[in-house]
Amino acid sequence: MNRPARGSSIIAVLALVLAGVMGTFTAVAADQAVDANGQLQDQGLQKRFERITLELRCLVCQNESIADSNAELAVDLRQQVREMLIAGKSNDAIFDFMTNRYGEFVRFSPPLETKTLFIWGAPFVMLLLGGFIVYRVVRHRSGMPVDDEPATGPGTN
Amino acid sequence: MWKFLLPFAAFVGLVVLFAFGLNPSRDIHALPSPLIGKPAPEIALSDLLDPSRAVSNAALKGQVYVLNVWGTWCVACREEHEALLAISQQHIVPIIGLDWKDQRERAQQWLQQLGNPYQAVAFDSDGRTGVNWGVYGAPETYLVDQQGRVIYKFISPMTQQVWEREFLPRIAAARRDGA
Repeated sequence: MNRPARGSSIIAVLALVLAGVMGTFTAVAADQAVDANGQLQDQGLQKRFERITLELRCLVCQNESIADSNAELAVDLRQQVREMLIAGKSNDAIFDFMTNRYGEFVRFSPPLETKTLFIWGAPFVMLLLGGFIVYRVVRHRSGMPVDDEPATGPGTN
Repeated sequence: MWKFLLPFAAFVGLVVLFAFGLNPSRDIHALPSPLIGKPAPEIALSDLLDPSRAVSNAALKGQVYVLNVWGTWCVACREEHEALLAISQQHIVPIIGLDWKDQRERAQQWLQQLGNPYQAVAFDSDGRTGVNWGVYGAPETYLVDQQGRVIYKFISPMTQQVWEREFLPRIAAARRDGA
């Protein structure tokens, strides 16, 4: 009577120990990807992480990126980006995740599309406009008498 | 002629731009939600008051409901609480709470002390469900139609005026179209 009971309790203890060891192992595996400073161990992933978080606006403070912000939401979103990188998601997938939830405004540089054409095109339009104005002014002035010579006689200036 | 018309046109352009851009009644922090017209993200969390129970929005399909995002750390949420209580007394639509990034005991105390306007409160301690809804501050209040689509999002404390102006007409329209 005693023996089988003892046997099963030993098995139970063994199973518990095994479960504990495996639990630690998986915890270590998950931790290994990120060090104590929140840096991703994989250099390539860390580089991508830094670029992506600089590109994403912190919606709480709006003029900061989630890389710079200390807002709690930024902390959460950085964690989200880390996890997606570790899971092997592409940059586009991560940006899509964010824009699907927070809108285009979450990106500091909006993608070039028909609806963002104005934003991207405006600087060039301004440049052309400015150039045109300068051209007109210069041409207009070149037709005028030169008046920066010293006054030579009465009546001028 | 052009010399006078062009600066005048530029001036008018600036006036229009500033009238829009510097309008004090426009909340520059209120962003349009990309979720409008899209299916509401899933809520599958534990109940704030009874952790053994689950709160799911799948069960709400077929009816118009309001989702209110709050937290005990949020000052403006306390501000809107009176209004939410009054609205819940009208029994027009169920109000579901999303307790966002909060501590369970504090949130339970809050409801005990201030009253509970919610039919159920989902407890989102790590804030992930909130992120799926595009929550970036509290309070935020969403309106979901019978098909389970988000039809409106309001950012800022709820008031009786906002409720009557923004929510009631949309609820009526959703019920008319959905029926």
